[in-house]
Amino acid sequence: MRALFRSLLPALLLIALGAVLMAAGVTRGEQDIVFIKASNLCMECIGLG
Amino acid sequence: MDKKISLRQRIRLAVQLCVTALTNGYVQGFVSGRIFSGPSKAYCVPGLNCYSCPGALGACPLGSLQAVLSNRNYRFAAYVVGFLLIVGAFFGRFVCGWLCPFGLVQDLLYKIPFVKKCRALPGDRWLRWIKYGLLAGFVILLPLFAVDAVGQGSPWFCKWICPSGTLMGGWPLAVLNEGLRAALGFLFAWKSALLILLLLLSVVVCRPFCRYLCPLGAIYGLFNPIALYRFRFDSHKCTHCGACQRACKVDLSPCLSPNSRECIRCGACLDVCPTGALSSTLSRKESSPS
Repeated sequence: MRALFRSLLPALLLIALGAVLMAAGVTRGEQDIVFIKASNLCMECIGLG
Repeated sequence: MDKKISLRQRIRLAVQLCVTALTNGYVQGFVSGRIFSGPSKAYCVPGLNCYSCPGALGACPLGSLQAVLSNRNYRFAAYVVGFLLIVGAFFGRFVCGWLCPFGLVQDLLYKIPFVKKCRALPGDRWLRWIKYGLLAGFVILLPLFAVDAVGQGSPWFCKWICPSGTLMGGWPLAVLNEGLRAALGFLFAWKSALLILLLLLSVVVCRPFCRYLCPLGAIYGLFNPIALYRFRFDSHKCTHCGACQRACKVDLSPCLSPNSRECIRCGACLDVCPTGALSSTLSRKESSPS
């Protein structure tokens, strides 16, 4: 059981860190940047520059 | 054994099709030539899925990463990096093999019969490093530091390389939207040429974009050794028959490196292993980690 937990620990720590970073990003307003970019036509993506 | 292989691969194909349909389910966009702009666009999807695809319901994580990094108000993209950490720690490159729409396109093209299929391009070992260069240069450094007078950068990978954007966004919109069609120029021609080259290569070599160019695969690959979903290898059960290596379409040796950064977790090696030496963390088989 301990060996299993030890093998999962790095992933679990990264998931926790990821959750903290996502929350921080939302607080900083980064999600709004993503929304604005994704909900408007991305000229670079479609090859218009 | 063949039946078992085809079952796993059939399930994988069904999952790929379902995910692609679900994340690109805005049918009206394909009729009107306009993209979806609802609230779900604030959330990233796991795979490479251009948010300018007329059907896209979510945001591409790679595009979102560049969008935040190139914004003059941000120097770090905590939201997207956090998302990539979570997805990577759960799945690693399982995303590439099972959940990526552009991976599906390449898989389907590889099914087309061809005179001589290649396991790898010449210089494969070195070509694999290109995606890390693109990640560092075109996804992180250039959007961060190549900025205009007001400090605004641009998404260099989306602009100059991304074939998913051309296939899922550029080409459909060029067909559907007359105004956009009239504005097409050199950049569109360059990206289209790159896409055509990759599509043609995909008939001959399995997943050339994923193996050599995809920065998102480069990111998820870093998680392969520690992700919750990973492969296990029991050296006591291995008979060194080489079946796993022959079954691997991206030319790896699963028994030597079951959690290679290059493995897209298609699972073909698990199916052909005659002794069960290879298994996954989700497998019910008893296998001690190696």
